[in-house]
Amino acid sequence: MTNPIAPDLPAVRMPAKPRAGVWRRLVRRPLALLGLIIVALVLAGAILAPWLTGYDPNEQMFDGLTLEGSPLPPNAKFWLGTDLLGRDLLTRILFGARTSLIIGIVANGVALFIGTLVGVTAGYFRGWIGSALMRFTDLMMAFPALLLAICLAAVFEPSLWIVAMVIALVNWVQTARVIYTETSSLSEREFIDAERTIGASAPRILIRHILPHLLPTIIVWGTLGISTTVLLEATLSYLGIGVQPPTASWGNIIFENQTYFQAAPWLVFFPGAAILALALAFNLIGDALRDILDPTQRGRE
Amino acid sequence: MSAGVVDEHADAAAKAAAGPVLEITGLSVGVRGEDGEREVVSGLSLSLGRGETLCIAGESGSGKSMTALAIMRLLPQPAGRISAGTIRLFDKDGSAVELTALDERRMRGIRGDRIAMIFQEPMTSLNPVLSIGRQLTESIEAHTGLSHAEAQRRAVEALKAVRISEAESRLKQFPHELSGGMRQRVMIAMALALEPDVLIADEPTTALDVTVQGEVLELLRDLQRQHGTSVILITHDMGVVAEMADRVIVMRNGRMVEEGTTADIFTGPQAAYTQELLAAVPRIGSGVGRRASAEPDPATRDKVAVVNDLHVRFDLRGGFFGRVNRRVHAVEGVSFSIAPNETLALVGESGCGKSTTAKALAGLVPYTGAVKIGGRELSGLGGDARKAVRRDVQMVFQDPYASLDPRMRVGDLVAEPLLIHGIGSRQERQSQVAALFERVGLSAAQMELYPHEFSGGQRQRICIARALALKPKLIIADESVSALDVSVQARVLDLLKELQREFGVAYLFISHDMAVVENISDRVAVMYLGQIVEIGSRDQVFSNPRHPYTRRLIEAVPVPDPSRRRPRFARLDREIPSSTRRIGESVPKLVLKDFGGGHLAAIAD
Repeated sequence: MTNPIAPDLPAVRMPAKPRAGVWRRLVRRPLALLGLIIVALVLAGAILAPWLTGYDPNEQMFDGLTLEGSPLPPNAKFWLGTDLLGRDLLTRILFGARTSLIIGIVANGVALFIGTLVGVTAGYFRGWIGSALMRFTDLMMAFPALLLAICLAAVFEPSLWIVAMVIALVNWVQTARVIYTETSSLSEREFIDAERTIGASAPRILIRHILPHLLPTIIVWGTLGISTTVLLEATLSYLGIGVQPPTASWGNIIFENQTYFQAAPWLVFFPGAAILALALAFNLIGDALRDILDPTQRGRE
Repeated sequence: MSAGVVDEHADAAAKAAAGPVLEITGLSVGVRGEDGEREVVSGLSLSLGRGETLCIAGESGSGKSMTALAIMRLLPQPAGRISAGTIRLFDKDGSAVELTALDERRMRGIRGDRIAMIFQEPMTSLNPVLSIGRQLTESIEAHTGLSHAEAQRRAVEALKAVRISEAESRLKQFPHELSGGMRQRVMIAMALALEPDVLIADEPTTALDVTVQGEVLELLRDLQRQHGTSVILITHDMGVVAEMADRVIVMRNGRMVEEGTTADIFTGPQAAYTQELLAAVPRIGSGVGRRASAEPDPATRDKVAVVNDLHVRFDLRGGFFGRVNRRVHAVEGVSFSIAPNETLALVGESGCGKSTTAKALAGLVPYTGAVKIGGRELSGLGGDARKAVRRDVQMVFQDPYASLDPRMRVGDLVAEPLLIHGIGSRQERQSQVAALFERVGLSAAQMELYPHEFSGGQRQRICIARALALKPKLIIADESVSALDVSVQARVLDLLKELQREFGVAYLFISHDMAVVENISDRVAVMYLGQIVEIGSRDQVFSNPRHPYTRRLIEAVPVPDPSRRRPRFARLDREIPSSTRRIGESVPKLVLKDFGGGHLAAIAD
């Protein structure tokens, strides 16, 4: 063959210039940058909480309540107002960010990990392993999550990490279901057969060839999971089996105060906004990551 | 027979004189993509006479399907639009309707009623959850306002017209209960039930087996003769063009390259592209780069692969307890052997077990029987030993779009087999992959790209490079060129032959296309219902086919020569039986009779 280039296409596409790193490309997208900024703010707030405010999160201040004993709306002294017990809301939200970040990232991350592991294993190997895993998942799904959480929390001494574990054990099921379906359709694809014929081992196929295709789904479930887990923690706190008072978390601030929603709306609005902002931030980053990590999108940006 | 052709020419002339039924002038179609609007059809003009068959031929991306969709005003929304030109549909009395200016409601009245369309994939173009009777009567009722009973009667008539037996009871069946050929006939029945003026058939037989293709084409021809329908037949298959067309339009990159009567195009193509296209068409007996089939060596040389009594069966579960109650006998006692440097072709129609045989050899499906690769028995080997033997068998799949992981760089994909088998250092692998890229006609600079940045032919070259990386003794090519355009197909076949000469690799070439098989193979095995019915050297099988099924397969291939049109194609009196059987039901084993020189066929004398 004289012509070294396959004549199937008149113009041969040559590789584009080396591409910038994932981080650089993430920062270049305005929406992703916004997400990163919000996450950074929340992180900084959580870490630097003791230095950012002059109040103790659990201190019930006398001047934090009106003479009639109702909470104060936002003012110059208490920027976000005070709660029912006269505690500074801003301080509680900053300290609560620690709890909520642990729940939203650790608990949600563990749930995602378990769900993906179960889903991928069941979807790829099928057979009795797959059936056993998926029937177990179905069982978990059919079981009321709250009841399960209550049982688990009753067995263990309530603490932040136990709560995180309980939430992880409850929340992996949906992820497992979705990942299972996608894996089983992916493993029917021809390129997986092609991998088998060149002698690729199961772990290699799973990690190098199936997992990258699941990334978009995992990212979506991960970002959705942040708000669900934070709210589940709030529910558990409300039932007295979550984070124990007086420790603050975004969820339990809402639940402590929700009955006064009409009289003191800021008590629900600010922590709610915080949860929303965090979930939105991760969503924005996740969306951008999904596009950046997908090589088939190259040249179509 | 030549007299018949002359008659047909006279016919065509008469048809053209009667005035066109459809006239397209200066049609341009644009499709909006990420990088602005791209013109997929530019300045196309054509006219279709009453009762005429016009073939639009071209390779993928030539804009032939877009033209059809533009006529139907079914361009993909919102990206596609008609940017210029007129499409006029003429009534019998000569009054014209301008289709590009019609609103959607009036266009709906024309679709199905005056212009009908048949699509390529009969499974996806029928609604799987509605009975075919419902789908047929629905379109009749929508256009004619006939009563339900009357529509039902028309539907039965339409099914009878496309030669579907027991038409009344078929109305209650669902698409999945019918075979591919039957489904396409139902589609034709639907299209013709309202006796449209124009029938657009977009690759109507591409997804069908050759013998079924022959029947469907003949059916189209007959129906056209009876109803005087004008047909626009869109196809990439020059054999089908020669068989069907009165006139041909050759398209490339959205433009008409050449237009002429079928005889003129085939005997004296003017445009260089048409000449190339015709030269690339594989023909039985005279393909490009065809070589004499290697003589079977009677001496027991070391065979690359010896397959003995291979069985593959799939259990079907059913009933209340989900027990195995039926079994698909996909491969039933297949035996063959392949020598080094030899190409054995496995041919047959869909469902005959040829791909399953390939998958069994590649270790993708469990089997029973003996498979020896390079003298070593495959079954009963431990993990590492099996991995070592697997190196000797590599596979190239049918669809180059589906068989490469879209999220990996092609360089990594080609290097992967080396990595898995622990061959060479990183640099060595890199240089080896670069050499492979050059060898299959790509450039080493392209290793950094992802699969979607290549064309189909280039991707298939990548798959071939990947299969070659481990220097296997046997490459299984499962319909590896079927998805490619003819000109690309010819070049990939050439490459395969060159590589065989250079590396001495043996091919198991699986295909349904008799013409391709005739060009590349040394020996041919014909499969039917999981068993080999005939095996022999290429010349033995093609010039002296013994088994009636082999003969049928060879006859069914449309010949790219309008002067050799088949007057009549022998119809199959029944559907091909299924290979699904109840448990305990045995499959009669065919006995192959030796006709000498390694030519075996399953016939009683």
